[in-house]
Amino acid sequence: MLSVRDLHAAYGNIHVLRGVAFEIAGGEIATILGRNGSGRSTTCKAVMGLLPPLRGQVLLGGVDLAGRESHDIARAGLGYVPEERLIFTTLTVEENLIMGQKPAKSGAARWSMDELYDLFPRLRERRNIRAGFLSGGEQQMLTMFRTLLGNPSAILIDEPTEGLAPKIVDVVGEAILEMKRRGLAVVLMEQKLSMAMKVTDTVLVMGHGQIVFAGSPQAFEADPGIRRQWLEVA
Amino acid sequence: MDAFLVALLNGLVYGLLVFMVSAGLTLVFGMMGVLNFAHASFYMLGAYAAFLSGRYIGFWGGLIVATLAVGLVGLFSERLLLRKVRSFGHTQELLLTYGLFFVLEELVKLLFGPTPVAYRVPDELRFTAFTIGNSQFPFFRLLMGATALLMFFGTYAALRFTRIGLIVRAAVERPQMVSALGHNVPIVFSGLFAVGSALAGLAGAVAGMYYPTSPAMAHELGSIVFVVVVIGGLGSLNGALAASLLIGVMTSFAVGVESTFGDLFRALGLGGLALPGLEAVQFSSIAGVLPYALMLLVLLWRPAGFAGNRA
Repeated sequence: MLSVRDLHAAYGNIHVLRGVAFEIAGGEIATILGRNGSGRSTTCKAVMGLLPPLRGQVLLGGVDLAGRESHDIARAGLGYVPEERLIFTTLTVEENLIMGQKPAKSGAARWSMDELYDLFPRLRERRNIRAGFLSGGEQQMLTMFRTLLGNPSAILIDEPTEGLAPKIVDVVGEAILEMKRRGLAVVLMEQKLSMAMKVTDTVLVMGHGQIVFAGSPQAFEADPGIRRQWLEVA
Repeated sequence: MDAFLVALLNGLVYGLLVFMVSAGLTLVFGMMGVLNFAHASFYMLGAYAAFLSGRYIGFWGGLIVATLAVGLVGLFSERLLLRKVRSFGHTQELLLTYGLFFVLEELVKLLFGPTPVAYRVPDELRFTAFTIGNSQFPFFRLLMGATALLMFFGTYAALRFTRIGLIVRAAVERPQMVSALGHNVPIVFSGLFAVGSALAGLAGAVAGMYYPTSPAMAHELGSIVFVVVVIGGLGSLNGALAASLLIGVMTSFAVGVESTFGDLFRALGLGGLALPGLEAVQFSSIAGVLPYALMLLVLLWRPAGFAGNRA
């Protein structure tokens, strides 16, 4: 169970997160939607310790991780797939994956390199080339697999389908569903509504640095006012 | 031919000495981006630490103690000093390490005096390895070269084939991401700084026996090692080795040339063009300037250096 409570964070004097709160259980996918600048990526960074939160709690399995160093948070079982992908371009594909390997905490799903290669065989074929030479889709899969090899119990995935071809978007969606099947708590930041609605159990909408809507995909679809007020650009 | 071979060998050994000191700076400055002006001071400390400890535990023990002691000094310098100013940028790093450079030099002067100490090659290692013409090549110079090569292959293998080396290479490229994958980057960087300092300490412990061990030895190599790292390419061990050897050989040959600039102008049929002041200047007198001239050319032609991928 990942539980974020009253999370506040700022870039200098700019107060970006103003009390973000949500809860997600293992084997569940929650998608955070919001306009550009609503604070979705900042939420990831604050939860992950890459931006020290001003206050609030990040509870994973009941342990408060807020304010800890990001390596501590990762070791506690929280994984992060950044929007910019941040692959290590000078390392080979396999070396990138090895960088992610960590022993699993008890109760966390365990992933092996071979299983992940089976999910996306292109990476197996390119395992010995430098990751900087991969296409955008291959880099995205590599980034997700690198984090999964750390055997997290919860994972934050920021804009995984941005700039990807529809065929690759489907592969990404399938990988996210596989994470859910293995019991991970998945928090997805996504702009592609069609993809999000296919996989998510809960929709969270962000605006003004807070969660302004939380509900099932059906409840979200049934309330066009939410979309108009918080997602559509006038 | 003999003179050529002797100059070549001398140049290669000097180049390898420069590489020994540059290897650590390649890790510290080239990979971590820490502008450590005091790096050559660690080389000096290595010589004094080996001189001091070697009197009690012998030559080989002295090498080990000097390497470890200077590694520790480096570790404490990074954790207690450099880490505090890192977030303020290179200017603060440069000022801090510039200050450290003088503090260490003055400290050594205070403890050991301003003149060279009697740190000498042990008798059992003082013999001729081979002779070329009339020139004898001491075994100890071979040992210095071998130490440098061992340092190169050891560091290269550690970076290329070990898990910690993999983490270091990744952390140099994207420290935040490495941290988000569960690796403690500040500890990795402290370790890297300590290893870089220890390598400089080992270089000083070996070279200090052959060249004078004095407080001036940091000055003598201080700037040249930065030249090597820039010419070789930031963060490239191969590049640093190539640059060191090139500088060593180039300097050695320049020192050995007995002609003047006047001779050169006349050989080119430009005798009348030679400036009066330049006519009598020996080529050998510009040997010390050559590495810096080479650095200028490399920066103009290839700012990332021989093997670097970032300027």
